[in-house]
Amino acid sequence: MRDVAIIGVKNTKFGEQWDRSFRDLVVEAGVGAVGDAGVVGEKIDSMFVGNMSGGQFVEQEHIGALIADYSGLAKDIHVPSTRVEAACASGGLALRQGIYAVASGMDDIVIAAGAEKMTDVPSAKASSALAAAADREWEGIMGATFPGLYAMIAKMHMHKYGTTSEQLASVAVKNHHNGQHNPIAQYKSQITIESVLKSIMVADPLHIFDCSPITDGASAVVLAPADIAHEFTDTPIYVKATAQASDTIALHDRRDITTLDAAVAAGKRAYQMAKMEPKNIDLAEVHDCFTIAEICAIEDLGFAKKGEGGIMTMNGETEIGAKIPINTSGGLKSCGHPVGATGVKQAIEIVQQLRGEAGKRQVDGAEVGMTHNVGGSGATAVVHIFSRDR
Amino acid sequence: MSVPRFWRKQIARYNLVGTHCQKCDEYFYPPRNMCPACRREGEIEDFKFSGKGEVMTFTVIHTAAEGFENQTPYVLGIIKLEEGPSLTSQIVCDSKEAYIGMKVSPVFRKLGQDGEQGMIYYGTKFVPENARN
Ligand SMILES: [Zn+2]
Repeated sequence: MRDVAIIGVKNTKFGEQWDRSFRDLVVEAGVGAVGDAGVVGEKIDSMFVGNMSGGQFVEQEHIGALIADYSGLAKDIHVPSTRVEAACASGGLALRQGIYAVASGMDDIVIAAGAEKMTDVPSAKASSALAAAADREWEGIMGATFPGLYAMIAKMHMHKYGTTSEQLASVAVKNHHNGQHNPIAQYKSQITIESVLKSIMVADPLHIFDCSPITDGASAVVLAPADIAHEFTDTPIYVKATAQASDTIALHDRRDITTLDAAVAAGKRAYQMAKMEPKNIDLAEVHDCFTIAEICAIEDLGFAKKGEGGIMTMNGETEIGAKIPINTSGGLKSCGHPVGATGVKQAIEIVQQLRGEAGKRQVDGAEVGMTHNVGGSGATAVVHIFSRDR
Repeated sequence: MSVPRFWRKQIARYNLVGTHCQKCDEYFYPPRNMCPACRREGEIEDFKFSGKGEVMTFTVIHTAAEGFENQTPYVLGIIKLEEGPSLTSQIVCDSKEAYIGMKVSPVFRKLGQDGEQGMIYYGTKFVPENARN
């Protein structure tokens, strides 16, 4: 197996983009990443596009070919392009497939992208599309929503560990604080614990400010074999680990609903592959689709003891400059969560941090970063570790 | 949800019929036709649950799923049945009344409807044990 590096990155702006289409967004990200890497189209061997639900959000399937076509990679050069789907983990999984392609030696230059256009349908329709990531026959039919499922995780976490609504809110406050310095973020406004607690209740105990928004956006990276990465860039970022795990599709079938076993398993596999431990990680982008999800994530990945994720966040230990900076980008909460794009966008934040290009969000001396991308209520988890050093 | 897709699971939904693996003695609801523990070695049979259970966790949903708008706020919970498995269902009670550990029993109720003219779905919801419908 070959070592793999990221040699180019590009995010579109994340937010409500009424004037732009799905294909506009992906092409901007893809062309931007290719430009950043200084690669020409003829050199591209394959592409993978993470997309959760084009069929429901824009009534378009066959996303792989569509994107190859509109990126100018279909005609004449016929670059193979594959759509990858794992609900909100689609982007992370597209990246993982790209890494496979390069690591195997089959392909050299590969684009891994992720995209979602969620605001072309009314928000009730968008929620319904998202609910398809849970068990439609046994959760959805009972009136379960995504906030509802995570609310049940939160309720249990509070019951078992004494986690409070204020601790949940502190996740959102921190992520908005980080997001104000991220040019792509959907929400740059600052919030307080009080304003989170005063915002309308979506599913008790989760308020609307505990939830990530509905967002349009696309992200793309260019991958290359580590051996030739320096031909394209002075600052290649190396993939130290890629790991994925599955769990039951329905929340009610989990061993312990406050622990996302798939995230624990993917995390363990990633640490093993990178020969690292949580203490080696300088910063992490985790899947904070809801505030409780970030608390579970830092526990599942070993940054906090089980049950202490809330206290740790409240104490500021996950802020930039503190013990383990989490979601320096602003996370899904402040950047927005275009479901298929998120996993790739997380990797781009780590790349920018490890290149030292994160501006006011920069974690001093960051050398190793992790991403954690979750599908559904935890049925898929994808974890990557990236490093400045090969 | 389409009529056939709902119809296939009707018995399970109406009567809380799940499955039991005779090999490892695990119970499953919703029903499974392969035991996730024994996989191909398992011996699956139908099993009707008593319906007695306990609220493992719950939420009060204020922003409803599509088709549930008229029901808000509604209590959604994960109920642990006394035979072992857990399932997701609505708990028919005042939203302030629900708590973790609350004993519940099943009731046959309308779950939802496809628009105004569409098919009506029925199934099992739960009520606090001492409340009789
Ligand atoms: Zn069995």
